[in-house]
Amino acid sequence: MMRYIARRTAQMFVLFVIFLTLTFLLLTALPGDTVKQRFATNPNVPPEAAQLAIERLGLDKPLWEQYTSYMWNFFRGDFGFSFLQYPRPVSDIILERLPRTLVLFLTVLVSYYILGFMAGKFIAWRRGRRGEHAITISSVFLYTVFYPWFALMLIWFFAFYADVVPINKFLDPQEWVDAPFSSNHVFMVIFGVMLVSGIVALTLWILSRRIRDAALRKRAVWMGYGALAVVMVWFWYLSDFGSARRLYAGDILHHMILPVVTITLISFAGIMLLTRSSMLETMREDFILTARAKGLAEKTVRDRHAARTALLPVTTSLVIAVATVIDGGIITETVYSWPGMGELLFTSVVGQDLNLAIAAFSFVGVMAMVGHLVVDILYMFLDPRIRVTGE
Amino acid sequence: MTDLLEARPAPGTAGKGSLWRIRANLVWAGATNNWNLFRTNRVGIVGLAIILFFALMALIHPVLMSGMRWYSGAALFLVIWPVVAWVTWPLLGRLRHERRVTFPLTVGITAALLVAIGVTFGGVWDAGTYHPVVGNEANPPILHKTVVNEVTNPATEMSVREALLYSNPDGSPLLLGDVAEIREQPTGPYGRHWLGTDPLGRDILSQLMKGAQGAFLLGMVAALVTVLFATSVGAVAAYMGGWIDSFFMRLADLLLMLPALAIFIVMSSVFSFELWHLAILIGLLSGFGGVAIVLKSQALAVKVKPFIEAARVSGGSTFRVITVHVIPNVIPLSFLYMMFTVTAAIQTEATLSFLGLLNIDMSWGLMIELARNQGYFLTGMRFWWLVFPAGACVSLLAAAFFLVGRAMDEVINPRLRKR
Repeated sequence: MMRYIARRTAQMFVLFVIFLTLTFLLLTALPGDTVKQRFATNPNVPPEAAQLAIERLGLDKPLWEQYTSYMWNFFRGDFGFSFLQYPRPVSDIILERLPRTLVLFLTVLVSYYILGFMAGKFIAWRRGRRGEHAITISSVFLYTVFYPWFALMLIWFFAFYADVVPINKFLDPQEWVDAPFSSNHVFMVIFGVMLVSGIVALTLWILSRRIRDAALRKRAVWMGYGALAVVMVWFWYLSDFGSARRLYAGDILHHMILPVVTITLISFAGIMLLTRSSMLETMREDFILTARAKGLAEKTVRDRHAARTALLPVTTSLVIAVATVIDGGIITETVYSWPGMGELLFTSVVGQDLNLAIAAFSFVGVMAMVGHLVVDILYMFLDPRIRVTGE
Repeated sequence: MTDLLEARPAPGTAGKGSLWRIRANLVWAGATNNWNLFRTNRVGIVGLAIILFFALMALIHPVLMSGMRWYSGAALFLVIWPVVAWVTWPLLGRLRHERRVTFPLTVGITAALLVAIGVTFGGVWDAGTYHPVVGNEANPPILHKTVVNEVTNPATEMSVREALLYSNPDGSPLLLGDVAEIREQPTGPYGRHWLGTDPLGRDILSQLMKGAQGAFLLGMVAALVTVLFATSVGAVAAYMGGWIDSFFMRLADLLLMLPALAIFIVMSSVFSFELWHLAILIGLLSGFGGVAIVLKSQALAVKVKPFIEAARVSGGSTFRVITVHVIPNVIPLSFLYMMFTVTAAIQTEATLSFLGLLNIDMSWGLMIELARNQGYFLTGMRFWWLVFPAGACVSLLAAAFFLVGRAMDEVINPRLRKR
């Protein structure tokens, strides 16, 4: 097991070096020289100064030398300077953008996966009854709707016409003028709270599985969630740390509503269809028939026998979704002007900010590869057949 | 099956031609069987109808535009005509039994219908006005608006503030109570332009038709490339096994996780990214990626069948076994994934056009980008012809291919058929 993971990690590293090399070559092949372009339009910069800048940035060196020094610096954690926001180091910009993307997309992922899985479970179980065609067609439409267009329509309706949510950006500058915290600090606090409460909720759910008595289990779960809610209220309203940040966190959450609703609407249909087809395949298996023949309640057969087996492909798609979060974020963040990693990737590539673009792109690659490894390991845990034959 | 077996000639007399006839019969029987299964799926029929509608839109555009040569008209006719006949034939089902409408008659009727359409509508769109990219409506309808203090009906009145933008025909400024004559683009739908014009005075319907052509071209190329590579990779990986198998499967795993949109964005900044580049790239990504994995598992199931063993024992080379025996048995499943590839391709193209990254002169995504850039989205319903049709077209066509794919899934994949 450990040997398998170690081997895969080593493979992954080699692959990542190749990926980085390709990215570097592709992006340095971009037409035009950024520095020259920038200075050529500025008559106040004498040619000697431009030449000096090019030499200091190392852009006059041969490609091979640029490549080796870039790779050497990259693996020491130095990603260089951004050209567009000149004196700022790339790692600084990425650290600033990352929490924003993570907070938005983790919320989205949790909401649409839970919704989609629940809905898919019900639809598969009610197969062949009335309304199936209507549900299928409307969910397919949500799944294939042209996303930027749909998002713009929702912006028009909810933010402009009904005016219940802000139009875009991630905070209201007026409220933050004399804020004692940076927005990133508040993002980190939100992220921490989400992470901790998520882990607590998951632990509660796993622990409650061990209680045999159904009534007792239900009571224990509700008490646990109640306690979590009480702690939340205490944190945001009574503790000094939380109550000072409450208004700012509230502002950010207010701006998050529309993106979260949009992506949930669009993506939950896909998860629903996936769960449905996975459930339909599971429901033909013999053990479902056995469970029914034993006289178990329909709900028990559906939730504990069919749905759990059907969870496997859904889990895979969840991990892939986490891994490709930045890729999916490009459209969302562009449409909603949410300054996160996806928007960073887009603007840096379009604006020819080489260092920033390579770093952002390699970040996307790292996430995809780690996600891939996690899928494989998760599969070994979830499906015993693969654990036995996989090695 | 029995009549097929009877159609086989006695051993020793079989020529090459009769073998091909048997194969054709088999293919025809399989297709009829699948079509009958597909027909019972209402969702799939809805999807097929939408696709045919858009195909008609794409094909009729060159007929409507003026300046069409007779031979391109004839070529178009030859393309559309079998399709129309094929659709009309089952539609005439009831009639066929009662009034004896024969197949040649259907063919004749459809041909006459198409010729009539071509003669009536051929070249009615003047290229200067209706060209989707460079056309321009020179004489938009004149709107009469009265200058008032408080606007109650924006269609016939304008505020004093808005009146500052216009003047009277003689050049004097508009005063309270004056009636302004306004010629404005974009205009809403009227007789000459059924879906109105865009801010540059171009016809929206013509643009939609042009966009449909692009979407079909893109979808077809992407789907063909996908099928070509996915079937060969799947068949070779399954049949050969070993390191070839693990190489292609690792590659597929990797491509499956690849951030495709990010890669397209980088590509588009490196070279001039055109429609067919995108089509081939999408085809390659899904051909070597997800679709290859599915087709390989199908090919594995084919590989252990006795007829493969028989072919090998009777001296068939690896190449022959793969091309003649494995691939034809994998192809039906690949058609299914063709549909999903088309959906993805249409969506990707629209997204990239929307971000302004494709080197393309007209597409549905570009229409949405134009409307968004010029701020028409936040006007809501007032300029609906700029906001709705293009987005609806992308969504509908993508949904249609997806629906057909799902319906085909239930035909080809017996596990999903209804209990």
